[in-house]
This record gives sequence, C-alpha cells and structure tokens, in this order.
Amino acid sequence: MAANDVVAIGDLHPNRDYQAFLDQGRFMLMRDRTTGEPFFYPRIMAPVTGSRDLEWFEPSGRGTVYAVTIVHRRPPTPNHNVVLVDLAEGPRLMSRVEGLAPEDVKIGMAVQARVAQVDGKGVLLFDPAPAEERAA
Amino acid sequence: MSDFIRGKTAIVGAATFGIGEAPGYETIDLAARASIDALDQAGIALKDVDGLFLALPDDMLSGLSFAEYLGLRPKLTDNNRTGGSAFQTYVYHAALALAAGEIDTALIAYGSNQRTKAGKLMTPAQQFIWEDPYQPILPASSYALAASRHMHEFGTTREQLAEVAVSARGWANLNPDAFAKGPLTIDDCLSSRMVSTPLTVRDCCLVTDGAAAIVMTRADRARDLVAKPAYVLGAAAATWNRNISAMADLTVTAALESGQRAYAQAKLGPQDVDVVELYDAFTINTILFLEDLGFCPKGEGGRFVSGGAIAPGGSLPVNTNGGGLSCVHPGMYGLFTIVESVAQITGTAGARQIPDVDVAIAHGNGGTLSSQATVILGSGATV
Repeated sequence: MAANDVVAIGDLHPNRDYQAFLDQGRFMLMRDRTTGEPFFYPRIMAPVTGSRDLEWFEPSGRGTVYAVTIVHRRPPTPNHNVVLVDLAEGPRLMSRVEGLAPEDVKIGMAVQARVAQVDGKGVLLFDPAPAEERAA
Repeated sequence: MSDFIRGKTAIVGAATFGIGEAPGYETIDLAARASIDALDQAGIALKDVDGLFLALPDDMLSGLSFAEYLGLRPKLTDNNRTGGSAFQTYVYHAALALAAGEIDTALIAYGSNQRTKAGKLMTPAQQFIWEDPYQPILPASSYALAASRHMHEFGTTREQLAEVAVSARGWANLNPDAFAKGPLTIDDCLSSRMVSTPLTVRDCCLVTDGAAAIVMTRADRARDLVAKPAYVLGAAAATWNRNISAMADLTVTAALESGQRAYAQAKLGPQDVDVVELYDAFTINTILFLEDLGFCPKGEGGRFVSGGAIAPGGSLPVNTNGGGLSCVHPGMYGLFTIVESVAQITGTAGARQIPDVDVAIAHGNGGTLSSQATVILGSGATV
C-alpha cells in the first residue's frame, strides 16, 4: 500500500498534468478517492486531509458565476471580464466568460466550461449555459 | 486565552521617513533612517537592538542585509512574507520573544522606494498560474471581485465605497505628512478612471515611497524610557488563503479570527476602541475590516461609513493619518497603521489628534485579503 502511494505521487505532476489535459482539449479536476471530495487547483495531496489517494476525473463543466469584475484597458484594447466560477462539483476557480459583453456577465449566471486553444496552449474558459440547462 | 501578551510589552518609539517621494535612496536607507529616528525617541542605543524584524520589497534576504547595514548581530532576525500584515505579525512575535525574555529590544522596520524607482507596486509575489491566463490587474481585480460580491449580497454601493476614499482624504488634509491632499468628493471618485469594476483609481491606494519603524521593549523598561509607552494589549494573526480564488467567502476575511483573538487577549471589545487604523489598500478593505473587527454587523459596512461617519468629526475615527488611500502606500502599508496608533495614544498627532485616546486598533492585511493580523495598543490607563 505504502509502495503504491509512493508510485502514485511519483507519477503525479499537478501543474504539468493539468496543462497537458487542457492542451488535449480536456478539463480535468482532481479528487480525493477516500472522501470523493474534488479540489482545485491540483496538488500532490488533498488539502486539509493530506490524502495521497487521488485521481483525475472529468467534471460536468457546469458552473455558476460567484463574483465578477471588468478589467478596463486603454483603448483600443477592449475591456474584459474576470470571474470566479463555482463549479457544480464544488471547487471555485478564476476564469473568463465569453460570448457576451463584459457588462452582461452577472453574478449567479449559469455557465459551461470550454477549453480553448490559445497560442498552442489549452485555456479553460466559460460560455453562458445553454437555455435548457439554465432552466434546469 | 492566556495573559502572556496583555501589557507585557510596549512600543517606545515610532517614526516614519520619506513619505511620498524620496528620490535617490535605496529601500534599506529609508528603513534605516526611520529606525534610528524611532530609537532616538526611545533613548535606546542602536547596539542594544537584539531582535530585528524587517521587510523590504526588493531583497528576499532583507533581514540579513539590514543586520549588516546597521552593524548588528541580532539574536532574532525575522524577514517574514505575510505581505502588508507582516508588521502586525512582527509585533505579535516580538511581544512573545520579549515577554519570554529571549530578546530585550525589538526593532521593526520597513522601507520602499517604489514610486521613484519603479513607478508602480513593487512586489516579490509569485504569479499564480491558475489566475494569470485571465489577465486580472493584480492586486486590484482581486479586491474588485470581493467588492462585487459585497455589493451583490448586501446592496453595498459605489457611493459607499467612495465615502471611504473621501473620509480618508478628509483625514489626510489634517496631516502635514500625507501625500494626497486637497478636496475630494463622492462625485470625483465616481467619475474617476475605472480600473477594475467597481473600483476606480480613487478606490485604490496610492503608490508612494516611504519608511516606518517602531521599537518595542518590555513594559517595566518602557516606563523608564518614555513618558507615554503604547502598551501591546493584544496581537494576533490568521491566514486563510493566498489567492482570491481560494477564499471561501469573499465577504468574510481572516480579520474575523485575528480580531477575536486580539480582543480576547486585550480583554476588550470594539466598543472600547477609541481610534481605528485599518489597512485600506482599497476602499472595500475598510468596509470588510470594520465588519470583521466588530464595529458593525456583517454586510452593514457600506451603510456604516455613509454620511461622513468615519471622516473627521464623524462617530468613529478611522484611518486618521489619511490611510493608504491618501497618506502613504509604499507597497506594504501595515506598519504605518501602528505608527499612527502610537501617535494617537501618545498625543502627538497634531491637528488630527483624537482627544483622550486610550485604546487603538491597528489592523494589517497581506496578499489579497489573505493574511490578516491585528494589534491592539493601549495607554498607561489600560494596564
């Protein structure tokens, strides 16, 4: 058991692995297999419990805007939003909502994750959730 | 809560230097000048300093550099990295080390030349790969996110945020050392350049140079050194997160915990505090810390500061030097809240002096609402 733990940790490189998934177009979260509790950002152990029994999993991508600010830029650079999103699975992370004007991004808005490729690297973004999910 | 902190130590010297612009000085020069001024106030020789607590923005090993610069061989050298709350944390650690008899004289110092050297916030803080791709303006956007949440949950308004800036300016206009002076109205704030909604440039602290230093010793010695020591009644720190995205509730800071522990040590509550000095990096800070330190209920901070309540002549004197918003903000403002608290307790605050100050609270904030540390100081009447 202990040997397996050591091997598992040895195989786990949180930032590098997370980015590699994004570069493949996949948004992956980590969770503690003993409690089932997901967490963000990826770590070599679960926060609080210190558990090393971890796994990657693919979350639903559904989330809700928890907080929002619009960063004002010097024209002609357009302003952009910065949001904190609460994922349906629990963890909170920073991102940007695309597909609507920055001032139309509101706290409480349902959003859906999307992985974009920017300069050859995967970046996690969010779009407004489809209407049927907003109703759900 | 043990009685290990309350009244065991006191601040016997508190000085600033180079507030505003201090061209031509290195950060360590500024810190050293404030330090010897503070030691002179206390009548303590430089060579008697055996505990050294320092922060400089441009030197990861600044504690070592400062010991060498001053020609000291301290028993205790600390160079912690809890951001702008480092200095409240130092008071806490120095009080413990002094009370335990491990050291006899603590010097806590800070210096920055960020305005004249860099022209912007100078920080050794690491970038955070989980936030960088979204291009927040750090630290402003982090505080802006907290403000957005406070407005959403409690109906706090931009006008109420502006009240904080206008009140700070009112105090700065009474302080000859303050960097930003002159009239400032709510409308001025609302119509100034937006940085990261809902925060305009007037919701953001200054970018200045400046240094500060305080000298601490045990209470029995303090009484022999100066007429009016500022006794340390409580000192506590709490860290709940580093990045804004990892903060559990953007409307509740770790000041709730540091404040409660400091009050318990001091055997006092917010109703006993005569003057309040809060780390106002942004206007939302003042509102959050007034709530978390118990001066008003959670969510009521915006309404609490309205109508000039924390301005000169208001019901509660807050940030009487003009704060980070209008007096000085060299990057890590925490020590200036302590210096101003000492000035108020010793009755040396000039035109901005609050009559009969017995209890002052000096609260530091580090990171982006991350580390919170609270110091409660008292006059001789409190011990």
